Amino acid sequence: MATSNKSFVKFENVQKSYDGEVLVVKDLNLEISKGEFLTMLGPSGSGKTTCLMMLAGFETATHGIISLDGNPINNIPPHKRGIGMVFQNYALFPHMTVYENLSFPLEVRKLTKTVREEKIKRALDMVQMREFGNRRPAQLSGGQQQRIALARSLVFEPELVLMDEPLGALDKQLREHMQYEIKHLHERLGVTVVYVTHDQSEALTMSDRVAVFNDGVIQQLASPPNLYEKPENAFVAQFIGENNKIMAEVVDVKGSVVTAKTSKGNLLKSKKVNCDKIGSKTTLSIRPERIKVGTKGENTSEAKVLELIYIGDHIRCRMLVEGDENFIVKIPNSKSISNLKIGLKTKVSWSTSDCRALDRLVQ
Amino acid sequence: MLASQNEKRKEMLSNDGIPLKKKLSRALFQSRLRAFGLVIPLLLLISVGFVFPIIVFLTRGVYNDTFEKYMVNLTPILAEWDGKSEPTEEMYEALVLDLVWLKKTKNIGKVASRMNREMSGSRSLFTSSARKAKKLEAPFKESLIGVKKKWENLETWRAMKVTSHSLTPVFLASALDMKYTAEGSFIQKSEDRRIHVKLFIRTLEISLVVVIAGLILGYPVAFLLANLPIRISNLLLILVLLPFWTSLLVRTTAWIAMLQGQGVLNDLFVVFGIATDEDRFTLIYNKAGTLISMTHILLPFMILPIYSVMKTIPPSYVRAAKSMGATNWTAFWRIYFPQTIPGIGAGAILVFILAISFYITPALVGGQDGTMISNFIDYHMRKSLNWSLAAAMGGVLLVIILFLYWIYDRVVGIDNMKLG
Repeated sequence: MATSNKSFVKFENVQKSYDGEVLVVKDLNLEISKGEFLTMLGPSGSGKTTCLMMLAGFETATHGIISLDGNPINNIPPHKRGIGMVFQNYALFPHMTVYENLSFPLEVRKLTKTVREEKIKRALDMVQMREFGNRRPAQLSGGQQQRIALARSLVFEPELVLMDEPLGALDKQLREHMQYEIKHLHERLGVTVVYVTHDQSEALTMSDRVAVFNDGVIQQLASPPNLYEKPENAFVAQFIGENNKIMAEVVDVKGSVVTAKTSKGNLLKSKKVNCDKIGSKTTLSIRPERIKVGTKGENTSEAKVLELIYIGDHIRCRMLVEGDENFIVKIPNSKSISNLKIGLKTKVSWSTSDCRALDRLVQ
Repeated sequence: MLASQNEKRKEMLSNDGIPLKKKLSRALFQSRLRAFGLVIPLLLLISVGFVFPIIVFLTRGVYNDTFEKYMVNLTPILAEWDGKSEPTEEMYEALVLDLVWLKKTKNIGKVASRMNREMSGSRSLFTSSARKAKKLEAPFKESLIGVKKKWENLETWRAMKVTSHSLTPVFLASALDMKYTAEGSFIQKSEDRRIHVKLFIRTLEISLVVVIAGLILGYPVAFLLANLPIRISNLLLILVLLPFWTSLLVRTTAWIAMLQGQGVLNDLFVVFGIATDEDRFTLIYNKAGTLISMTHILLPFMILPIYSVMKTIPPSYVRAAKSMGATNWTAFWRIYFPQTIPGIGAGAILVFILAISFYITPALVGGQDGTMISNFIDYHMRKSLNWSLAAAMGGVLLVIILFLYWIYDRVVGIDNMKLG
């Protein structure tokens, strides 16, 4: 086979417009390797679902090439693509039993009855739903329906499975449970998964790589740790996890260290990631758990405690820092926290390597 | 013992010691009463203005006391007569007595026309005999036969015996082209007089064809309505609903203008050379006219239920089917279509029940072979004034509809019907 495993699915310069005026997807380039779990993450309207639908064949790309296993699939109808798909509302056929639902993709492939039975049994075992074959979808709970939808998308053994916010309708606990189940299933079967969600914790938990979408463009494509630890722009920093941002102006660049001046006149050092030359605006990004309270450090700023929220393992502390009233600090639960009082004036500090100088955030 | 103890323990008491069930029903009573109060006006209107008259009228189909009411003397004697032996002098005497009295009270016409329905030609027999009855003297048998030879016939007497029963199946039998004899058995009418069964069958056939044609024409329209962008589909919906804003009579007469020999459609056929000017198609005043205009008039009733069901089917089902490898046709036939069956059922039953009792349209465009049972019921109501037969035919129609409804429930299931 001519293709490498590296680009099992390939988007090349793909654009999509519904009305000829606005581009929903702007010049998408993306390669997904075989066996990878890739998540398209982004707010609603960011173009992630459109990309998935183009891959499935339900939307046509306005421009560019989408190829699967080396072959362009732009002109191949959905039913010939052999891609499994799990839908947001499961799309289990209500007039068929669970067994018939699973049998459907095998029947249209004209498999014999014995083969079908064998495959359905295996698929049902895979999601631990063996004894539910005779039920109708309406007789199943949300989680059970989700499992059947999963089994149905895998029963004909596709190499690529698309999932469009499959856990969106489940409650929090069940959602988390299903995240692990899907992840394990992926590991066990080695199937390539393209997963769409707007839930960042879901994306971080399950994926090999996450593509963060905004405004029709992939903002960053990285593994979950890199995405969280090393956001490349202000949007990603803000979208993934909790983030503190300080608006500042670049006054000096030395190697990989940027010195920036805040509106209060404080000079802060940070790691150069995505900021322009001296004199331009930048967003300094620091994660709440990397901040120390009450001690001086490489970078220090005045702070005032505005609100304390008891979470259990940690205390969420909202502070006024550099004119920002929503500066969040996570303080591990220990005896010293009893010193914190609302209204207390103190200092916060962080190391230069934990602070990233990013592009100016347009809001 | 143990069981009763268990039962006692099971009965829950509320805080003030009253059984919980009693307390609950008391609490619900108030809201039930209020709900009932809301429907009382409609309930009264329907029961007084609809259900009661229908029941009263339907009883006419099996109950007609004209003979019993006016032939006071003869009726009890006829009841004892076996219907085979020679009529006795006593019977003739009672008949003459009744005829004299009927002539005096001017009720002879009612009995005569009632008898005429049982045996044609007996109207004049009764009226002319009644005219002379006053002068007749004993023995009445000879003198009555002297007036009219027909009084001698056993058939005349047998017809009177059948008519003397007020609660009678004669009308029902007649509605089904049968005759009820004095011995209490049913025989088929002679071939040339059997019209009702043919008419019932034609009515069912026309209704069925209208349902099928409506389904074929309406299903794609409903599909378009449910799947087009909202702006276009709203426009289309207005076009579908437009006929509802036009009177039924106007729509039917519009079809006359369209379909008649010199009408729009035939003119077009001539222009396009499909028909010659001398040999135009007969599209109206026959079954074709009835079918075309009824299909058109009832089409919205087919489209709307199907549309509202289709509207609730998310597009992801068909997408899911396609992603699993189904072709467009398979996805439609195995996934989409089965889910529209409740709408098809509702539309079909709605159109069928409306069609089976359709009246104005077949009357206007039906001609001879396009008339339906309702036109015949109307004929007996207004022209022949044989209300009992009309009621019997109506009753038979009602039974047929209920029977079909029952079959539908067995085959498709009435809970499976959805109007949206």
